[in-house]
Amino acid sequence: MNKTIKNIYQSIGLPRLIIFTFFIVVVIAAGFYDMDVVALMGNVLRRWGMYGILVLAMVPSIQCGNGPNFGVSVGIVCGLFGALVSIELDIANLAIFGGNEILGAWMSLLFAVVLSGVIAWFAGLGYGVLLNHVKGSEMTVSTYVGFSIIAFMNILWVTLPFSSGDIKWPIGGEGARNTISLSSSFSGILSNTLAFTIGDPETGLKVPTGLLLFFFLFCLIIYLFFKSKTGIAMSAAGANPNFAKASGINVNKMRILGTALSTTLGAIGIITYAQTFGFLQMYNAPLMMGFSCVAAVLIGGASTSRAKISNVIIGTFLFQGLLVVALPVANNVLSGTDLSDIMRMIISNGIIIYALTKSKGGATNEE
Amino acid sequence: MKNNFFTYTKKQSSNFIKNIYSNKVVLMFLILCIFGISTTGKPLTYTFSEVFSRFGRNAFLVLALIVPVIAGLGLNFGIVVGAIAAQIAIFFVVYWGFTGIGGLLLCVLICTPIAILFGYFVGVLYNKTKGSEMITGMVMAFFADGLYQFFFLFILGGIIPIKSDTLMIDGGVGVKNTIDLTGNLKYSLDNISMLILGRTILIIGFIIVLANLIIHKNNEGKKGNLLRLILIVALFGFTFLPFVSQFMGTDQLLLLDAVTIACILGIVYGLARIIYIKLIKKDKDGDINRFIAIIIVAIISYGLTYVPAIYAITKFVKLPVCTYATVILLCGFNRWLLSTRLGQNLRTVGQSRTVANSAGINVNKTRIIAMCISTVLAAWGQIIYLQNLGTFSTYGAHTMVGQYAIAALLVGGASVQKANSKHAILGVILFHTLFVVAPFSASNLFGSSLIGEYFRVFICFGVIAVSLAMHAWKTAIKPTAAKENK
Repeated sequence: MNKTIKNIYQSIGLPRLIIFTFFIVVVIAAGFYDMDVVALMGNVLRRWGMYGILVLAMVPSIQCGNGPNFGVSVGIVCGLFGALVSIELDIANLAIFGGNEILGAWMSLLFAVVLSGVIAWFAGLGYGVLLNHVKGSEMTVSTYVGFSIIAFMNILWVTLPFSSGDIKWPIGGEGARNTISLSSSFSGILSNTLAFTIGDPETGLKVPTGLLLFFFLFCLIIYLFFKSKTGIAMSAAGANPNFAKASGINVNKMRILGTALSTTLGAIGIITYAQTFGFLQMYNAPLMMGFSCVAAVLIGGASTSRAKISNVIIGTFLFQGLLVVALPVANNVLSGTDLSDIMRMIISNGIIIYALTKSKGGATNEE
Repeated sequence: MKNNFFTYTKKQSSNFIKNIYSNKVVLMFLILCIFGISTTGKPLTYTFSEVFSRFGRNAFLVLALIVPVIAGLGLNFGIVVGAIAAQIAIFFVVYWGFTGIGGLLLCVLICTPIAILFGYFVGVLYNKTKGSEMITGMVMAFFADGLYQFFFLFILGGIIPIKSDTLMIDGGVGVKNTIDLTGNLKYSLDNISMLILGRTILIIGFIIVLANLIIHKNNEGKKGNLLRLILIVALFGFTFLPFVSQFMGTDQLLLLDAVTIACILGIVYGLARIIYIKLIKKDKDGDINRFIAIIIVAIISYGLTYVPAIYAITKFVKLPVCTYATVILLCGFNRWLLSTRLGQNLRTVGQSRTVANSAGINVNKTRIIAMCISTVLAAWGQIIYLQNLGTFSTYGAHTMVGQYAIAALLVGGASVQKANSKHAILGVILFHTLFVVAPFSASNLFGSSLIGEYFRVFICFGVIAVSLAMHAWKTAIKPTAAKENK
């Protein structure tokens, strides 16, 4: 009996236990303070789908041996670019869709996903080549590559000659706006598809079915990919490069493929995020997004060298759920200032530090 | 002898050129800076006075990074923690109402134990993550930032009662976004006059020499010590001469005067060494080329101040003497530290932990000590930074400290494994020159100052990314060397 409990404890892990307990406590506290728990839960579901694919982008990167992809911003800027082009060309309102708004929105989303996916794939290939040259310090380098690419794209956002009224500043101003509304293109198209409400239509639990299905679809694709021959080879290359090499796997190629896949997922992830949010956030907004994604997958039970799809699903739910529910509760307890950002910082960075101390890099002690 | 000197010069200058050439980062930034300066459209005097004031503000923080690099901990992104310690101290000192140099010293007194404690924790954490210290430091800086915000927004006023309308947000819980340091700590270090500084240094020197004389009762070196004592007393008396005390009574030194004094000191030092080697020791083989070079450089630099453009700059720029003195002292401290036993241990640990361990050095302890030193220096550096800036942005002052300091160090030609005071000083000058000119140049060239703003952020992140990648690239090429370094 004791042993089974120990086994269960070990398979869950201390950090997850703490965060799960915390989550439950916060939910109970929310009920205690007479808050609208149903609405909060609806929000949790929305955020779950919103961040899901971005967090999923960590899986190929970790599995192929690059560690958590702090530089997912490379994918994110590709996604932003794809979405911008989609708005600029006004795909949603093209004449061929005959004024069918839903079809237009779907097409504009599809166009953004495909375009940014393709760009991100090639960017990811280059990024993968770089990471192959810096084996052993991928995390450090990728963090700063991520920061640099955001700063570089800031220059581009200012200088690119956009003409769409949604992108430009209304009066004066240079380059793109800080937040670009998607209401005339693909805002909410996934979230509203097949969405239904449990209970009362006004106050019931809103389930963004389309969004969640889209997220789970990508989870399934990645799951199937890791069951395929290439996927297994990629996992092997990450788990034991020397053994993989001996078995005839081209380790470097697998790492490049994994990075490209991760970057592409990052691009699609930011588009999903933006369509749920309703706005594209430009400039420095995605600077720290990589950290949140890494934290989420680590909370889900991944380590810096192994990750599973279930880690993504559980981790995103716990992390985002905690942030969503804890915010109003914290505001109730400590009236006044916004605690959510501080909590996000402490939890996400704390969990990354915990994972780093547990990772293999920390085990090379001569003493 | 003349021939000798020529070969020496040739060798030194070719070494210098080779160094610059092999250090592509420095070269690139040199070119960028020159290009930037020539396109600002601002007078040179403006650019240079900005650069000099930024140098005084930032150099100390950059110098705080050197010890961890030598100890093999890489670039210490964790100096943010030191800055946090300083800011906690500054908040309380401002709250208690201390002002001037007394307040500053109290800040130092409070922040030092906090910084040592923080440095200890960071050191322990780094010991648990050997080999990935840099990413740990980066994440830890954000983590510490979260705790810091929590402390300043909820604990202060929420749990620790703070009663102040000027510092706290309406309602009494949480600290305001900016704290004005005007009238309490602003310029408290910069405003110390040279006279006080000089006398303090002389008194400290007097006490040290006297203690030396009393402790070491044997005759060895007694004569030298006595001579030093007399020299110090003479200098002390010298400061009471009317024109000297008048000249030194101010806190700002004109760059022209500074250059003149430095040139004179250089010439005197060079001549004294030559006389000592050639006439007193009568050492025929003594190498005096170095000192001849120093004299020539001093004369040339003095001559350069007569060039009108440079003269205008040197007449315009004023240096806060005390701040610069702390920077010079810190350079000296770094040098001294490396010559001690602890410094040797640090270097050994930095070279190879395995070798250090088998040589009987406690690797973990040495690394923790290195972190403590770095964190304390960073805390002091942040105090100097904030007292010069004059406004303390409660939630923003520390966030970029690590990034900017590291970028500056790397721009100066340092790497993850090699850094010294020269790199730091050169780096601060180049990096901050670019920082000053980038927005103006961009608005001149592209008609948008926003591009310049983003460009300098990009440069900051980019230079860190490139040099980290270059370092990792090099170690990946030589896996055996990489293993030794780990």
